[in-house]
Amino acid sequence: MSKGKSAKAKNTGILKAEIQKYWWLFLLPVTAAFIIGFVWPFIQGIYLSFCQFKTTSDATFIGFSNYGRALSDPSFVHSFWYSALFAVTSLIFINIPAFAVAYALTQDIKFSNLYRTVFFMPNLIGGIVLGYIWSMIFDGILSHYNTSILLNSTYGFWGLIILICWQQIGYMMIIYIAGLQAIPGEMIEAADIDGANGWQRLFHVIIPNVMPSITICMFLSITNGFKLFDQNLALTGGQPFIMNPDGTTIKTTEMLALNIFNTFYNSNAASRGTAQAKAVLFFILVAAIGLIQLKFTRDKEVQQ
Amino acid sequence: MSLKKILATFLAAVMLAGCGSGGSSTGSTTTTTTGGSTGGDSSKGSVYFLNFKPELDETLQGLAKDYTSQTGVDVKVVTAASGTYSQTLTSEMDKSAKPTLFIIGNQAGVKEWKDYAMDLTGTAIANELSTDAYNLYDETGKLVSIGYCYECYGIIVNPDLIEKAGHSMDELKNFAGLKAVAEDIHARAAELGFDAFSSSDMDSSSSWRFTGHLPNLEYYYEERDAGGWTECPATLTGKYVPNYKNLYDLIINNSLTDPKDLATGGHDAENEFKTGKAAFFVNGSWEYAAVSETVPNARMIPYYCGVEGEEKAGLNCGTENCWAVNSKVSEADQKATIDFMVWLVSDANAAGKMVEQLGVLPYKNAPQSANGFLADAQKYTDNGCYVMDWATNYQPNVDEYRAGLVAALNQYNADQSDANWANVETAFVQGWANQYKAVNN
Repeated sequence: MSKGKSAKAKNTGILKAEIQKYWWLFLLPVTAAFIIGFVWPFIQGIYLSFCQFKTTSDATFIGFSNYGRALSDPSFVHSFWYSALFAVTSLIFINIPAFAVAYALTQDIKFSNLYRTVFFMPNLIGGIVLGYIWSMIFDGILSHYNTSILLNSTYGFWGLIILICWQQIGYMMIIYIAGLQAIPGEMIEAADIDGANGWQRLFHVIIPNVMPSITICMFLSITNGFKLFDQNLALTGGQPFIMNPDGTTIKTTEMLALNIFNTFYNSNAASRGTAQAKAVLFFILVAAIGLIQLKFTRDKEVQQ
Repeated sequence: MSLKKILATFLAAVMLAGCGSGGSSTGSTTTTTTGGSTGGDSSKGSVYFLNFKPELDETLQGLAKDYTSQTGVDVKVVTAASGTYSQTLTSEMDKSAKPTLFIIGNQAGVKEWKDYAMDLTGTAIANELSTDAYNLYDETGKLVSIGYCYECYGIIVNPDLIEKAGHSMDELKNFAGLKAVAEDIHARAAELGFDAFSSSDMDSSSSWRFTGHLPNLEYYYEERDAGGWTECPATLTGKYVPNYKNLYDLIINNSLTDPKDLATGGHDAENEFKTGKAAFFVNGSWEYAAVSETVPNARMIPYYCGVEGEEKAGLNCGTENCWAVNSKVSEADQKATIDFMVWLVSDANAAGKMVEQLGVLPYKNAPQSANGFLADAQKYTDNGCYVMDWATNYQPNVDEYRAGLVAALNQYNADQSDANWANVETAFVQGWANQYKAVNN
């Protein structure tokens, strides 16, 4: 044993020196993957938003006109406000039930592990599949009333909300459960001894202590709301359209990502650049909203 | 080894595997390269065919292998997943190994991809063609792509069911005749055990039949009035939209499915026809193989819609299957590609297999077609009927245009009011002008 121990100590010393010399080698794979998979495409994407192109390797620089086209496109503006409304609504409808379920499932309920698994499972299904399944469920019901999710933009909106809640409540629930379990038992006990009732305990002890979870969940659900694509494509595809007398259409349930996708595959020569410009604006927007929201909720976090 | 070490080794292996396979194709496409880098001779050039028709994939993969073993030329065939050709082509064109052979199927495609297509005028493959009818040219007269098959669409009919209902195929000579038969069958559907039309779902797997094909009757007659179109017109007059409405109303209101239930689809129109539940099925010649399994004497009739003189109408014949050869690859690759194309349409075995799948090859040395619907199309032509060419290929900004039409038709299906039809007409006529502007500004 003692021989082994000394050999190990010696090895550690040698290894340490070697690692200190070659640390960059160990960083290389991840850094390379990050640069190839994220940094480079991102920079190229920004460059392409100033270009007219059909294929990305064959682009001509044209300056800011793509941004002009993007901002003057009424469908882009409509999809922005629609996405914003969706993101805020889904933020509320995901996080309140997710917290409630998490709270319930940390209260020593029988089979709570089973419930956690069941609630989490919808998250494992892909968005496109979910969209088609829910379109059948909704239409199975709505057809009794001679309508369809594709015929009424209110149904379309709430259909998307129901779908996204069904998918994401379980995910957010897991984050909240982790937060709730991290609250020291003594703190709750102390509150009980001080005579706090259930609501006081919830609002003055538990919620301030799970603020980090609330921050991350709100950040995730608002950015997910803005970025929603597959479910939107499969459930409504933007329908119903409002047909203006001049032939232009407003796709009432088209969100930002779907709008960018549809623009990209438009046959106009400038459409790809325009879509790229929209995508850059989209990135700035989502990043900005995320950061503002992060700052806002971080201020409310307490340190244990 | 401790668990930690095993895990670390596993992660490292996964990462390395990830790096190594980074360049391979994704799951949405199927790829076969025959020959390989050692078997092929690079001076001979190589062929990379980005195929558009999923149903042709298996045949092409086999033929590619045969061609390589006969000539030593590498042939790679990649088939884009259904409905993703434009996306796949865009990304493949970006790679250093670009497709040498790809599809430009309509005028919109010509506009988008003409810079990537060589002029095929006078090439060996152009000299093999038996007709110029399915070729696409750009505005300078460059032969951008050439048809390798053509198709026809119309209304597929089950003659046995028509007779069972006490009618005859001879009654189906114009819209009045078709309407009388269809409405009679629909009225007696419970007693007969079958209905007139199969379902006309509006989901993306089926809506093209009513937003891509059926509107052709409107475009075609408008085109004929104008003396033929050579490029996409900026506006439509909409003169024949009422005729489109005639046939559309007949189809949705005399069908197995309540029009209100069409929006999200879920019905299997082909199966309804094949199992004898419906006498009519709006579709095209590519359905022949499937339909003739159970209805071997199925026939196809034109879109009768109440236009004057339509007794002389034929089927809608045309194609979206046109080969273009990449102008941005080496001359050796271009030559190898053209040689491969010539072989596909003239070699007895290869052309035979192609005809089996495609129905017909419009080339001098290709075998005759065995497709019953294409034979119907020929019969109409032989009897002096006019071919309704695919004016629908001019649809501007096609996906967006059709999406607008689908949305309007969905509203109309749920409530067949005049106001809702006015919206369909707006999507049909104003939508065209609008998409034309969107593409050309």
